Amino acid sequence: MTMFDEKKIEEIKRERQHWEKTTLPKWIRQSPECKSEFRNHSGMLIKRVYTPEDIKNLDYMRDLGFPGEYPFLRGVHATMYRGRLWTMRMFAGYGTAEQTNQRFKYLLKEGETGLSTAFDYPTIMGYDSDHPMARGEVGVCGVAISSLKDMEILFDGIPLDKVTTSMTINGPAAMLLAMYVAVGDKQGVSREKIGGTTQNDNLKEFFAQKLCIFPPKPSVKLTTDIIEYCARHLPKWNPVSISGYHIREAGATALQELAFTLYDGIAYVESTLERGLKVDDFAHRLSFFFASHSDFFEEIAKFRAARRLWARIMKERFHAKNPRSMWMRMHVQTSGCTLTAQQPLNNIIRTTIQALAAVLGGTQSLHTNSFDEALCLPTEEAVRVALRTQQIIAHESGVTNTVDPLAGSYYIEALTNEMEEKAMEYIRKIDEMGGATAAIERGFFQKEISDSAYRYQTEIDEKKRIIVGLNEYTIEEEECPIELLRIDPKVEKEQVAQLQKLKRERDNRKVKEVLEKLHYAAEKDENLMPTIIEAVKAYITLGEITDVLRKVYGEYKELIVI
Amino acid sequence: MRTTKKIRVLIAKPGLDSHDRGAKVVARALRDAGMEVIYTGLRQTPEQIVETALQEDVDVVGLSILSGAHKALFPRIMELLKERGLMDVMVFAGGIIPEEDVSEMKKLGIKEIFGPGTPTETIIQFVLENVPKRT
Repeated sequence: MTMFDEKKIEEIKRERQHWEKTTLPKWIRQSPECKSEFRNHSGMLIKRVYTPEDIKNLDYMRDLGFPGEYPFLRGVHATMYRGRLWTMRMFAGYGTAEQTNQRFKYLLKEGETGLSTAFDYPTIMGYDSDHPMARGEVGVCGVAISSLKDMEILFDGIPLDKVTTSMTINGPAAMLLAMYVAVGDKQGVSREKIGGTTQNDNLKEFFAQKLCIFPPKPSVKLTTDIIEYCARHLPKWNPVSISGYHIREAGATALQELAFTLYDGIAYVESTLERGLKVDDFAHRLSFFFASHSDFFEEIAKFRAARRLWARIMKERFHAKNPRSMWMRMHVQTSGCTLTAQQPLNNIIRTTIQALAAVLGGTQSLHTNSFDEALCLPTEEAVRVALRTQQIIAHESGVTNTVDPLAGSYYIEALTNEMEEKAMEYIRKIDEMGGATAAIERGFFQKEISDSAYRYQTEIDEKKRIIVGLNEYTIEEEECPIELLRIDPKVEKEQVAQLQKLKRERDNRKVKEVLEKLHYAAEKDENLMPTIIEAVKAYITLGEITDVLRKVYGEYKELIVI
Repeated sequence: MRTTKKIRVLIAKPGLDSHDRGAKVVARALRDAGMEVIYTGLRQTPEQIVETALQEDVDVVGLSILSGAHKALFPRIMELLKERGLMDVMVFAGGIIPEEDVSEMKKLGIKEIFGPGTPTETIIQFVLENVPKRT
């Protein structure tokens, strides 16, 4: 049943037309509108004013419903932040495992409620710290983890049954998850209690984050291994964090981010169903990760539309029965690419707006960027301000007092509908192409994102889009007003020395034996998780495991789309 | 002089990071400005970049890096360019390169370093004004 009766809508329509002929022209004559048309980042035309006409077909129970119930538009939990605040989870990692362990402890002391690990590029690409490709990169953009030894230091003094940990790792996700499980075993924490998330979204790597090691097919196989393993052995682990964040940061619009992310989700559901699991065995543990940009209402509409669209896909396309299979739980990160190196303190305000959008959009977990991140990895001071931003929203703003406070806004609901409809159009288009892998192979996502990125830059260059402090309100000859974090080159030397010592001192006969076993398991296309756990426990390194898989699967060669 | 031959530019991504948004936007802007642009793709070693510069007979190389490994990689690239006789190629760079490293990088022979937020027009003009003359 729709929310407005037809007669009322007709009356509003008449009144609007009257207003457009009488009141409006007078105002426009007096103060003309600044632009001939107003659009959001996704290119949607924004009306001057929204009325019940714009949501005349909205059916409350069908389209909104109650929080904690299908279609989950209003939130995945019935009480949302009245019951429990979102997890404040700051992405952190630099230098050695000791340094990052200290940063973790600092953040926990300052009130963050979950950990999130940033690995350095060699780790992300499956290279040990002593690999030639790792030169100059060790510990620079994240923490260097080459073996279980490093992982033990990283979580030293942090009980894994008391905190959940997110790990931004994709190609080598199985290896890092195995190390985490091994640390848990050493701490005596049972596998039922280990909680956290591996990003493990390999599809988006091919067109967004682009940290690919293996070709698409074995990459999806590895993602699916983890989903399957967790469904059977790690009930509190989110095996995959289906990520729009990187799609957005690479240049996509909010709409493209929404559509492409959900499509990747569809692909993982399909690949896991092929293993013989039932949708309700694993779908409740799939989690999502989105960006929050600065166009406030567009972002809120995106988060809300994402929840409803995913619920509908799970119900209608995959015939899930358990409502939890239909819920979309999400982590949100404020947008790194909106930060400016110019007048960096302004970034605090940008982050605040974006974080508020994420909270009004109903996120389960949030990372807020630090004001210095257009220049360097964050200093302790910068990261504290970022965390405080979340705490101020949580405890001072009052937005947590009620669930989904913007529901019913003509604008928000109309925009939520438009987001969902247009995302569905993309999904149908990708279906017609033959799915996510086919779309990657023909460069579809890459081209869409690249075009949006170029358009965005052109708008900034032509001042059609104002970025404060960058192309307007600038300061000439600006001196950098903040302290920057630098990584000491000694980190690399020490890390390499430690690693080589480990390689000498471990049981190298065992190493050889387990690596051969892994090679065999990979060739037989078995689920590799159990063997990888055995391998990391024998202190076989990340690079050694990845090398075996490189031999079996080959390496991905980038498809260049400008 | 330059009426018949287009300026040839190699946009290269050394380092392990995958932030190619800037590199691609610059590649496209230079192409739209009438230049021939070759983009290497991600994670190129100094050897690969210099080999491509040689094979493609470029006038200009633009290096983009956001991983922080510029201090390890740029000196090697500049050294190899010299070794391979490409001293005349004009090199510029962009990405996240801290202010305090800029003069050190310029001493290596890198002509200019563009930080985040640089308008593409600035880069186009820079290339047009600094492209070496072919003999």
